[in-house]
Amino acid sequence: MTNSSTSVPLNYLNHKTGLWSWLTSTDHKRIGLMYMYTIAIFFCVAAILGLLMRIEKLTPGQTIMTAQTYNGMFTIHGIIMIFIVVIPGLAAVFGNIFLPIMIGAKDVAFPKLNLFSWYVFITGALLGLYSQFANGNSPDTGWTFYVPYSAAASSNVVIALTAAFVLGFASILTGLNFIVTIHRMRAPGMTWFRMPLFPWSLYATAWIQLLATPIVGITLLMVIAERTLHIGFFDPSLGGDPVLYQHLFWIYSHPAVYVMILPAMGVVTEIFPTFSQKPVFGYVPIVFSSLAIALVGYFVWGHHMFTSGISYESRWFFSFLTFLVAIPSAIKVFNWLSTMYGGSVDLKPPLLFAISFIFLFTIGGFTGLTLGSLATNIQLHNTDFVVAHFHYIIFGGMGFAFFAAIHYWFPKIYGRMYNFKWANISWGFLFVGFNLLYFPLFVIGIQGMPRRYFDYDPKFQTGEVLSTIGAFILITGLILMISNLVYHSRRGAIAPANPWHGVTLEWQIPSPPPHENFDEIPVITHEPYRFDHPHTN
Amino acid sequence: MSTNEHSEFIDSDTGKLGMWLFLFTELFLFGGLFIVYSVMRSKYADDFHHAALELNAFVGATNTVVLLVSSMTVAMSLTAIQQKRGGKAMGLLFITLLLAGVFMVNKYFEWGHKFGLHLYPGSDVMKSLPHGEIMFFGLYYMMTGLHALHVIIGGILLTIVILKIKSGKINSEHYLLQENGALYWHLVDLIWIFLFPLLYLIT
Amino acid sequence: MKNHENHVSSDSLNWTVLVILLILTAITILAIKIHLGAFTVALALILASIKVTIVLTYFMHLKFENLLLRLMVGGVFLLFAVVIVITFIDYYFR
Repeated sequence: MTNSSTSVPLNYLNHKTGLWSWLTSTDHKRIGLMYMYTIAIFFCVAAILGLLMRIEKLTPGQTIMTAQTYNGMFTIHGIIMIFIVVIPGLAAVFGNIFLPIMIGAKDVAFPKLNLFSWYVFITGALLGLYSQFANGNSPDTGWTFYVPYSAAASSNVVIALTAAFVLGFASILTGLNFIVTIHRMRAPGMTWFRMPLFPWSLYATAWIQLLATPIVGITLLMVIAERTLHIGFFDPSLGGDPVLYQHLFWIYSHPAVYVMILPAMGVVTEIFPTFSQKPVFGYVPIVFSSLAIALVGYFVWGHHMFTSGISYESRWFFSFLTFLVAIPSAIKVFNWLSTMYGGSVDLKPPLLFAISFIFLFTIGGFTGLTLGSLATNIQLHNTDFVVAHFHYIIFGGMGFAFFAAIHYWFPKIYGRMYNFKWANISWGFLFVGFNLLYFPLFVIGIQGMPRRYFDYDPKFQTGEVLSTIGAFILITGLILMISNLVYHSRRGAIAPANPWHGVTLEWQIPSPPPHENFDEIPVITHEPYRFDHPHTN
Repeated sequence: MSTNEHSEFIDSDTGKLGMWLFLFTELFLFGGLFIVYSVMRSKYADDFHHAALELNAFVGATNTVVLLVSSMTVAMSLTAIQQKRGGKAMGLLFITLLLAGVFMVNKYFEWGHKFGLHLYPGSDVMKSLPHGEIMFFGLYYMMTGLHALHVIIGGILLTIVILKIKSGKINSEHYLLQENGALYWHLVDLIWIFLFPLLYLIT
Repeated sequence: MKNHENHVSSDSLNWTVLVILLILTAITILAIKIHLGAFTVALALILASIKVTIVLTYFMHLKFENLLLRLMVGGVFLLFAVVIVITFIDYYFR
C-alpha cells in the first residue's frame, strides 16, 4: 500500500488514459465520476438560473426578466435539479463508485449495462437541455407537468416529457443493477447484516427506483399521446380526469423524494461513526427504518393533492401515513446523534456538512409535518412555505449530504487531499447563505406569498431581499467549495489510504483504488463498524 | 462469484434476477395503464360496456390462444436446449415467431377495421362519442399498442436467440439469454391475459 | 459459474399447462356470456389471475426458483394491488 513513493502505482485513474478510455470504460468508478462531472455541470447551470430568479425578485414587478421568462426559468430549474441532479445524484455518483467496494466486489453485476445507463442518462439530459432552447420556447409548466395546462401549452413540453422519460429509464437501470449487485456480489462472509449502511440505503432506494419510475414513465407517455394523438386521458373536455394525472405523477414523484433522501441518510450514516471513532448506534433500527421509509413512502403520494379535490377519506388516510413516515426518519436522527454521543468527535469538514445535514433536514422534516396536516396544508399549499420546505429537504438534505460525501470520499477518489481551511470557510458561506436564502420564504409563505409568482406585493419585499442576499452568499460558497475541490483534485497533497481512520472496506485499499478494487476478494468476519479491532488487510 | 468486466459469461442466477427485476418494471409500466383503466371504468361503466361491443371478441380470443400456444413453444424450446437438442429448440422458436406474426396480422386487421370506421384518436367520429367511449378507445389503442410494441421487441429478442443457437453461442451449458428471452415472451403473454377480458369481454 | 441445478420441464408438463390454460380461457368466455351482473368483472379478473399464476409458476419456472424470487414476485403484485386500493380510497368516496 505504498502510495507516496517515486513511481505512481497504477490505479483506476491512470491505468488507461485518454477521453476514449473513459467513454468506453465499464469500470464502476469511472462511470461514477462521469456521472459526477455531468451532474456538477447541470447543477451549476440550474443554480445560476436559481440566482437569476432571485435577482428578479429583488423588486416587485419586472426587474430583469419578463413573466414568461420567469415561468420558463423555474420550470427549467426544476427539471434539471430534480430529474438530472438530485434523483440520480448520490446513487449514480457515490453509489457507483463505492457500492461495489464497500461490499467487497470488483464491479457491479452488469458493468456494460452500467455504462449503457450513463449514455441513456446523457441522452435524456441533452434532450432536457434541448427542450429549453429549441425555438426559444422553453416549457413553462413547472417540473410537475400538470395537466390540463401541459396538454395545451404551446411550449416544448413534448421534448421535456421525453427527456424525463429517458432519464427515468436510466434511473431504473441503475436501480436494477444495484439490487442485483447487492444480492449476488457481496464478498464471502458479508452477510446482509454485515453490510455497511450506505449500501443498505442504496438497496432501499433501488427498489423505489425500480418500482415507482415506470409509473411516471407511462404517465408521461400518456401526456405525450394526449398532445400528439389527442387521446385525452386527462383532458376534461374529452372526459379525462386531471386529478388522475396528479395521482399517477405523485405515485412516482413522492417516492422519488425518498430516492433522493435515502442515500443522503446513508452517506451521513457512514460519516458519523468514522468521525466519532465509535460504532454506529443502532445498526439494525437504521436498516429497518430505511426499508420502512421506502415502503411507507410509497403510499403517501396523496399529500401533494390535499387541495386538488380528492375525497375527504383519502385526505385523512394520506395525512395519517405521512405522519407515520416521520417515525423512521426520526429514529435515524436519534441514531446519528447517539453515535456521536461519547465518541471522540473530530470536527473535520465532512462531519461539519453531515451535522448541518441533520439540522437542515430536521427543519425540513418538521415543516413537512406542518404541510402534512390537513388544516395547515390548505393555508400553506400554494405558498413559498412549500418552496422553503422542499429546498430544506432536497438542498439542505440531499445537497448537503452530497457535499458531505464529496468531502468524505475525495481523498479516496483522487488520492489527494483538499484544503481543510477553505473547506470550512466554504461550509460557512454555504450554511449561512442557505438559511438566509430559504428561511425568509417560510415566513413570507405563512404571510401569504404565493409560489411560482414573478411579481409580489411590496409588503413581502424585506423577505425577498434577504432571500436574494442569501442566494449570493450561497453561490459564493459554492464557488469557493468547487474551486477548492477542483484545484486540489490535481494539486493537493498526496492522501494516505485511510486519512479518517475509517473501518469500512473502501478505506482498506489504496487511494485511488486500483482498477479492480481488490487484489484478493476480502473475507468478512465481523460487523461493519468495529473500531476496537484495527482492520487487518 | 466474481462477474467483473473480464468474464465472458454472467452467471445464470445473476442474469435471471436482473431479468426478473426488469419484468417488474414492465409490469408497473402497464400497471399505470391499468390504474387509468380501472378509474375510468368505474366512472363510465355503461360507456365502456357499450364501446366494448365494437371490439371483436372472436379476434381477441384467437389472439389469446395464439399467445398461449406461443408461450408453450417458448417454454418447450428451453427444455430442448437443456436436453442438447438445438435443432428442436430453434424449430420451436421459429414456430413462436410465426405465432407472433399471426398475432400481429390479426392486430393489423383489427386496428385497420377501426380506422376504416374512423374510430381513431382525434377523429371527428371519435370526438362525437360519449366521453366514456372516447376513454375506452383511447385506452384500447394505448394498451394494445404498447403491448404490440412488446410483441415486436420480444420477436426481435427471440430472433437473436435463434441466431445464437445456430452459431453455438447458446448451448446446453450457456443458455441464459434464451432463458431471459423466454421470460420476456411469457410476460407479453401475461399482460395479454389481463388485457383480453378487460377490453374484449366486458360487454 | 455455469448453469446448475436448473429445472428441466418435460414436454408433457408444458402440454398439460397449455391445455389447462386453454380450458380456463374457454371458461372465461363462457362465464361472461351468462350474465352475472357485477360479479362478471370480478370473475374474469379471478380467472385471469389464476391463469397468470399458472404461467408464472410453470412456464416461467417460478416453482423451481428460490424462495427469495418468489417472494419478490408476490410482493410486486401485492404492492400494485395496494396502490390500486389506495387510489380508490379517493375515487370510491368522491
